[in-house]
Amino acid sequence: MKLTLHVWRQSGPRDEGRFETHRMDDVSPSMSFLDLLDMVNETITLEGGEPIAFEHDCREGICGSCGMMVNGVAHGPDDLITACQLHMRSFEDGDEIWIEPWRADAFPVMKDLVVDRSAFDRIVEAGGYISVRTGSAPDAHAVPVPKPDADRAFDAAACIGCGACVAACPNASAMLFTAAKAAHLSYLPQGQTERLERAMGMVATHDEEGFGNCTNHGACQVACPKGISVDYIARLNRDLMKATLTGVGMEGSGGD
Amino acid sequence: MELDAKIPSGPIEKKWEKHQFDMKLVNPANKRKYKVIMVGTGLAGGSAAATMGELGYDVHCFTFHDSPRRAHSIAAQGGINAAKNYQGDGDSIYRLFYDTVKGGDFRSREANVYRLAELSLNIIDQAVAQGVPFAREYGGLLANRSFGGAQVSRTFYARGQTGQQLLLGCYQALERQVAEGTVTMYNRHEMLDVIVIDGRARGIVTRHLVTGKIEAHMADAVILGTGGYSNVFFLSTNAKGCNVTATWRATKRGAGFANPCFTQIHPTCIPQSGEYQSKLTLMSESLRNDGRIWVPKKAGDDRPPHQIPDSERDYYLERLYPAFGNLTPRDIASRRAKEMVDAGHGVGPRKNGVYLDFRDAIERMGKDAVSERYGNLFQMYAKITGEDPYEVPMRIYPAPHYTMGGLWVDYNLMTTVPGLFAIGEANFSDHGANRLGASALMQGLADGYFVIPLTIGNYLADGPQGGVDGNHPAARDAVREVTEMQERLLAVNGNRSVDSFHMELGRLMWNHCGMSRNEADLKEALEKIPELRQRYWREVRVPGSGADLNQSLEKAGRVADFLEFAEMMCWDALTRDESCGAHYREEHTTEEGEARRDDENFAHGAVWEFRGAGEEPVRHREELTFEYVPLSQRSYK
Repeated sequence: MKLTLHVWRQSGPRDEGRFETHRMDDVSPSMSFLDLLDMVNETITLEGGEPIAFEHDCREGICGSCGMMVNGVAHGPDDLITACQLHMRSFEDGDEIWIEPWRADAFPVMKDLVVDRSAFDRIVEAGGYISVRTGSAPDAHAVPVPKPDADRAFDAAACIGCGACVAACPNASAMLFTAAKAAHLSYLPQGQTERLERAMGMVATHDEEGFGNCTNHGACQVACPKGISVDYIARLNRDLMKATLTGVGMEGSGGD
Repeated sequence: MELDAKIPSGPIEKKWEKHQFDMKLVNPANKRKYKVIMVGTGLAGGSAAATMGELGYDVHCFTFHDSPRRAHSIAAQGGINAAKNYQGDGDSIYRLFYDTVKGGDFRSREANVYRLAELSLNIIDQAVAQGVPFAREYGGLLANRSFGGAQVSRTFYARGQTGQQLLLGCYQALERQVAEGTVTMYNRHEMLDVIVIDGRARGIVTRHLVTGKIEAHMADAVILGTGGYSNVFFLSTNAKGCNVTATWRATKRGAGFANPCFTQIHPTCIPQSGEYQSKLTLMSESLRNDGRIWVPKKAGDDRPPHQIPDSERDYYLERLYPAFGNLTPRDIASRRAKEMVDAGHGVGPRKNGVYLDFRDAIERMGKDAVSERYGNLFQMYAKITGEDPYEVPMRIYPAPHYTMGGLWVDYNLMTTVPGLFAIGEANFSDHGANRLGASALMQGLADGYFVIPLTIGNYLADGPQGGVDGNHPAARDAVREVTEMQERLLAVNGNRSVDSFHMELGRLMWNHCGMSRNEADLKEALEKIPELRQRYWREVRVPGSGADLNQSLEKAGRVADFLEFAEMMCWDALTRDESCGAHYREEHTTEEGEARRDDENFAHGAVWEFRGAGEEPVRHREELTFEYVPLSQRSYK
C-alpha cells in the first residue's frame, strides 16, 4: 500500500506545532499502526531528522499508553481498540491519514503526539480506592459478591486510562474515566463505606484539573476502546446528588 | 562474592513464621525517618511502595512511565495461583509448593517457594478487599480454573485481564499513599545507576525523561522491581519499554546476577507476520484448557485446516503426553511446537505456527460458552490476524515471555550489595528453571505486599544510614558517568538506528541462545556479541539532544546494556552443561527428547559477577538442597 501521512509535530509545550507530511510506499496491510510509525521513524532517523515522539508500550491494547487522533477519531476508525491494535488493513491504498495528539486543556502537549495525562492519577488519588491496609483483609470468601455486580464492576474496571474519552468529548470532560473508576468500586460491597466521599472527592479534583463538564454527548462511549458505558456517569451523578443532599464529604457530616 | 541465602532454620512450614519473629523491628514512630527508594511500579514495586507507605516509611517511588498504572504487569492475562482449595479438589500450600519446585525443574530454593505458597492465600484476600473484580460463580463466591500444567483448579482470574485488575488494585493503594503523603511519586524518571557508598546501596541516578535532567537521589535502602529482560530477543511478548538497564547497572555495581539463561518461551503467541513487526502478542495459555493443538501429519500440507480430516491431523501433545495433553508445562509445549515447525509441519502463510483449534470445544459447549470464556482473546486475535477463530483455528507459536533469571537475592530479597533489594521478576525468583502459569503475579505480589515490607525493616533496624547527600563523591561520580555515557551515545552520529541494532541482537540471541541451545552456537554468539557491540558504538545514530524528551536516546541506553548483558546470558547457557526446565541444551536430552538434568553437577544457582564489559564474568554457585521435594525426572506423560 501507498499512504500519505500528515503527522503533528510540536517540539514542546510552547511551540505552536504544525503538520509534517510523509509518503510511505511499502506498507503491508498486516502491519499495525504503530509498526507503521516505527517505519516512518526509521526513515526520519536515517535522513538525519528527529523521529516522531509517541507513547506506546504493551502494543496489545491494555497499558493505555498509546493514543492519538487518526483522521479526527480517537484511536482511529475501528471500534473497541486502541491505536496499537489498529492494523493497516483498515485503510485503503492511496489513503491520506492525519495523525494528531489528544487535544484538551487538561492534557497539555509535551512533544509531538505525547501529552501529559497526570491529571488522571490525581483524580484517583482523590478517592479512587478502597482504604484497606495490607494484611488487614478478611478471608476472600467472607463477603460473597453477586455475579452480576462483580461483572458490572469488572466492565467499569476495564478502563485503561488512555484518555480517548477526553479527546473525543467536545467539552474535554473526563467524566467517563472518573465515573468508571467510581462505578468499579461502588458495585462492590467492599466499596460502600467510602462511596459518597469518593464521588465528591474525585469529581472535585476532576473539575480542578480543568476538565470540562459532561453534557451527555456520548462521544466518550463511542471512542472508548473498552466500550465503557455512559450509564456509569449517571450512576456517579446520582451518588453526587445523594452526597450533596446528605452533606457527605463536608466537615462534621455523617453520611446516610 | 559471598552467597549466604540466610535461610531460617527449622521445619519448612515454620521458617517464615519464625523469621518474622526473629527479624528486628523499626519503631512505628521512627519509620518515617527512613527513606526507601522503590524503582518500578508493577505488581511487585507498586504493592511494595504502597505497603511500605502504609507502614510509615518515607517512600520515594520511580517509574519511567507517565503513570504507575502502565507497568507491564498490566498485560498479564491468565490468572494468579493461590492454594485456597476453594474447589475442594485436594489443593494445599504443600501441593502448590511441591508443584512449583517440580515445575521449576529443581533449580529454585525450597524455603522461598514454600513461603510463596503460604503467602498466596493472603494475596487473594488482599486483592478482594481492594475491590479486584475476580471472576465469580452465581453463588457469589470466587471462581477458579486450572491453568498451565496444574492438576487442581487454583487459578483466580478476572476474564483475560487478571494482571490489569491486580495492578489497578496496587495502583489504587499506591495513589492512596501518595494522597497520604507517605509515598512521593517520580513519574517519567528512568533509573540509570545505583549509588554505592562504603559497600552499601545509598541511592540511584535518574534521568527525567522530559527535561533530560540527570540527578542523584539518596536513601537508606534501594529496591528494584524493574521486571525482566525478555526484550534481549527484540521480539517478545514484553512491552516495548521493558529492559535490563536497572538490573544490569546494579550488576555493574557489584550485585550478582543469577541464572540469566533461564528465559521462558511462552507456547501460545501469535506467529510473526512480517519483518517489520515490532513485538509479539501473547494469547493466554488458558486457551489450552479447551483448544486442541495440532499440525498436519504430512509435512508441507498446504490444504486449509477444515479440509484436513482428523485422521490426517497430529494432535501431538495429546499423543505424547496422554495425562496432561494440551496442558503440558510451557517449556515442553514450546519445544514440541518448535520441533513440529522445524520438521516442516508448520502452518500459516509463513509456515511458522501450529494450530490451536476450538472446533471441538464449540461443538461440545456451544459458541456462547466459548465466547464467555475467551471472547476478548478471540477478538484480540481477530484484530491482529484478520482471521475469525470461531471459524478458522488459531495459529500459535512460542515467543519469549518471562525471565526466571535475575538479580540474586537471599531469603530477605537482598542482593549481594547490602541495602540493595530486588523483587518480582527482577530477582532470580522462585521459579527455578521454568515458571508455571499464573505464578508470576503471585510472586510479584508476595514479594511486594508481604515480604519486602518486613525484611526491609530488619535491614533498616541496624540504625539510620543517614548523613549522605547528592554531593557525596560517589553520587557525583555516578551522575557524571551516566551523563558521559549519554553524551557518547549522542556523539557517535553513525548511519544505523538503535532499533536496527536491537533487531540484530535479538535475532542473534534467538538463534543462538533461544529455545534450544548447543555449545557451538553459544561459543559463536560469544564471538559475535562483542563485534556487534563495537559496531554499535561506531555506527549507531541517536538523533536529538539529551535535554528534552528523546525516545531514541532512551532506547539507545537500554540497547547498549542489552549488548553487554547478552554476553553474560550466553556464558551462563554455555557453562550450564545440562538441560533443565526452559534451558534446553541439545547435548543433554533423554531418549524421548526431554530435558536431562545433571543434578550431581548442576543442582545450584549460577551467580555471575561482572568484571568489565567484554571480560569473562566470574561464575559463583549457590548449592541447592532438596529436603522436601525429592529430586526426580519431571514426567507429564
